[in-house]
Amino acid sequence: MLDFNFHLEDGELLGLIGPNGAGKTTVFNLITGVYKPDEGNIIFSGRDITGLAPYTICQQGIARTFQNIRLFKDISVLDNVRIALHKDAPYGLLKTLLRTPGFFQGEIEINKKAREYLQIFNLEDKAGEIASSLPYGEQRRLEIARALATKPTLLILDEPAAGMNPNETRELMDLIRWIRKDFGLSILLIEHDMSLVMGVCERIYVLDYGQVIAEGLPEEIRRNKRVIEAYLGEEVG
Amino acid sequence: MLEFLQQLINGLSLGAIYALIALGYTMVYGIIMLINFAHGDIMMVGAYVGFFSIAVLGSNIFAALIFAMLSCAVLGVLIEKIAYKPLRNSSRIAALITAIGVSLFLEYFTLFLLTPQQRVFPEAAFPLHKYQIGGLLISNKDIFIFALAVILMIALQYIIKRTRTGKAMRAVSLDREAAILMGISVDRTISITFAIGSSLAAAAGVMIGIYYNTINPLMGIIPGLKAFVAAVLGGIGIIPGAMVGGFLMGILETMVSGYGSTLYRDAVAFGVLILILLVKPTGLFGKDTGEKV
Amino acid sequence: MEKKRFVPRSFLIEVLVLAGIFTLVQYLIVSGLLNEYYQINLSSMCINIILAVSLNLINGFTGQLSLGHAGFMAVGAYAAVVVTTIYSQPFILGLLAACLAAGLAGLIIGVPTLRLKGDYLAIATLGFGEIIRVILQNIDFIGGPAGILGIPRYSTWPWLFGLTIFTIVIIVNLINSSYGRAIISVREDEVASELMGINTTNYKVLAFVIGALFAGLAGALYAHYFYIIKPATFNFLKSFDILVMVVLGGLGSTTGAVIAAIFVTMLTAALQTFPAIRMVLYAVTLVVVMVYRPQGLMGNKEWGRRTWGRIWGEKNEPLANK
Repeated sequence: MLDFNFHLEDGELLGLIGPNGAGKTTVFNLITGVYKPDEGNIIFSGRDITGLAPYTICQQGIARTFQNIRLFKDISVLDNVRIALHKDAPYGLLKTLLRTPGFFQGEIEINKKAREYLQIFNLEDKAGEIASSLPYGEQRRLEIARALATKPTLLILDEPAAGMNPNETRELMDLIRWIRKDFGLSILLIEHDMSLVMGVCERIYVLDYGQVIAEGLPEEIRRNKRVIEAYLGEEVG
Repeated sequence: MLEFLQQLINGLSLGAIYALIALGYTMVYGIIMLINFAHGDIMMVGAYVGFFSIAVLGSNIFAALIFAMLSCAVLGVLIEKIAYKPLRNSSRIAALITAIGVSLFLEYFTLFLLTPQQRVFPEAAFPLHKYQIGGLLISNKDIFIFALAVILMIALQYIIKRTRTGKAMRAVSLDREAAILMGISVDRTISITFAIGSSLAAAAGVMIGIYYNTINPLMGIIPGLKAFVAAVLGGIGIIPGAMVGGFLMGILETMVSGYGSTLYRDAVAFGVLILILLVKPTGLFGKDTGEKV
Repeated sequence: MEKKRFVPRSFLIEVLVLAGIFTLVQYLIVSGLLNEYYQINLSSMCINIILAVSLNLINGFTGQLSLGHAGFMAVGAYAAVVVTTIYSQPFILGLLAACLAAGLAGLIIGVPTLRLKGDYLAIATLGFGEIIRVILQNIDFIGGPAGILGIPRYSTWPWLFGLTIFTIVIIVNLINSSYGRAIISVREDEVASELMGINTTNYKVLAFVIGALFAGLAGALYAHYFYIIKPATFNFLKSFDILVMVVLGGLGSTTGAVIAAIFVTMLTAALQTFPAIRMVLYAVTLVVVMVYRPQGLMGNKEWGRRTWGRIWGEKNEPLANK
């Protein structure tokens, strides 16, 4: 029930907005391989990734966060990031079982890298804590840190500002801009918080009932009649 | 051809029994997403209650049936309250393990209490009469079992489709949260589901006692498994599916032991199960619903 | 830069303690001080530890409920016995055959079954466990329902002890590594794990095959201690026994599995004359544990190097793998 065509330039910060149920998360699920599209193709960096398994898509360079934060709740903060580093693990199964020096060296590397990511997001002192014990804002940061640890070229953020107050949202906006610059990423984001979308996105698609009803720069979208109707119509209803 | 029809008739009686048991599995799974491992053993308890009713209390077959069905309804509700309700929000693995525990408890407690010795249903309770119809052999037991099963299934359909209780059951299986918001007592509905499912199993147990004459504490395991496969075959959680699945399994089994070998008769059930799970786990009538991410 | 890899004191002490236990028991056996009853119990303990620890890898760490573990034990037992008795090969080849056969069985069964989720997976593994039993029962070459008798007692204490320790070490090594973390992530959140680039099916199969392999090893040891094997020994109740150990010890704790295995072995021995009571007790225990303390004895905590290290006054890195 989706009729969706879009493109994302390298290094772009793209926003996807629309009323609830418009199909935004579905788009993310299609891109990341959780759902398979009945029709159509998804091309990433020149490669057709339609219908590939999610883990392959991640290995191709797409990472995401979730609307409802899907951290590995009952394990430590550090482990959450270390798991994201597994796909690039510096040692194999045999070295693991035989505990060769290569294994120990590899573990030191993994720990170092994981802690670096935690440091960037001010979470290093919480490394040993269980992930679910973190306050909400830190859990979100951890989720982003974890996603970045998979070394993506495209980062997909699903409502990263959900549940944040205006201050936290502002910090998040800075964080998103900074990540894009420092890690050299393209970012695609779904958000309901208009201040974030308008403040951070370079281009926006608006989705309603599975179709694109508008596309363009933030100022254009802000003044677009169809968009306003789509949102207002929903609110009054 | 005649041979085939004869096998078919045998299969229908067996299938009726499996269908009744399968209904209990499917109803419980539909409402709390649990495979009630102990269901086959509830059937066993029903058979024993029926047996004691007839042999010790001297009641007739109908009184025995009612007594067994009522007792197992109570048993089912008790089991749910004690063992399953506390785990309603736990992982599926935890609930499944608990169900296995309940199942083994029923089996071995009965074994411990009543010894492994088989009991025999008194012939007087249901004297066997065989009829010849056009070269086919049908017994009064076949007719009774089939008729009773059909009556019970019709009653069940009525309850589900025409009563408020049935509506509540359907609501809770579709969306528990919404049902609560609608003012439906989820606990009561689940208890009723267990009660109905267990009573149907009890009826099946008594029927097995009548049909095969002997009962023992471990008699619930294999039929329970086959009925479970029947429920999965029809689509677990789907009531008409359990009925169809039950009859199919009964017919399949009689065909295999009639035409094939009795050695692999029980393994066929496992085979069918594996096949369904690998090819279409949602069963004949089931729909594929993906996980929401 | 590169730290000189030192051997922590706790490691040396662990090795010493284990060596001590081994030597003590060996002496008791050889000198005839330990009678048959205790020897049987010790052997059963070792076999049960291997079974519990290997099942825990599948059920506890990977979160995949497997109810057919006895089937792999059977495959291993029969494979080993065929090699040692019918083909008269040395024990070590029997053991290798057991591991290979059981691991292969794990692969064949695991690949199709592990695509299923939760309840369906459990039932499928239960089904396969029974199918294995029925197949073995119908092969006359290996004795059919009567099984094989007169198996030489190759499972001596050194073998039992050594292989038990070996099993524990391999599985602990696996868990305390990036691969182990990947496996745990499958249990924690399969979808998120996939999206982190982890091929969850692969890891489920890996854990399943390794678990099956060690179950086969346990089967081989069992066969060469108890003289006789028949298909009926490896039925669902045996799988259930192992499940009880794992649940009791705590799904996700190797230490728990070891402790529970020891405890359950002793309990089984004590209740030998009351088999029905034993089953009733197990069943009730299972229900009570799941209702009141589903994390079992140890939850997912371990008594590992950190604990022993703390006892001996070592400083630990503040990282949590538990």
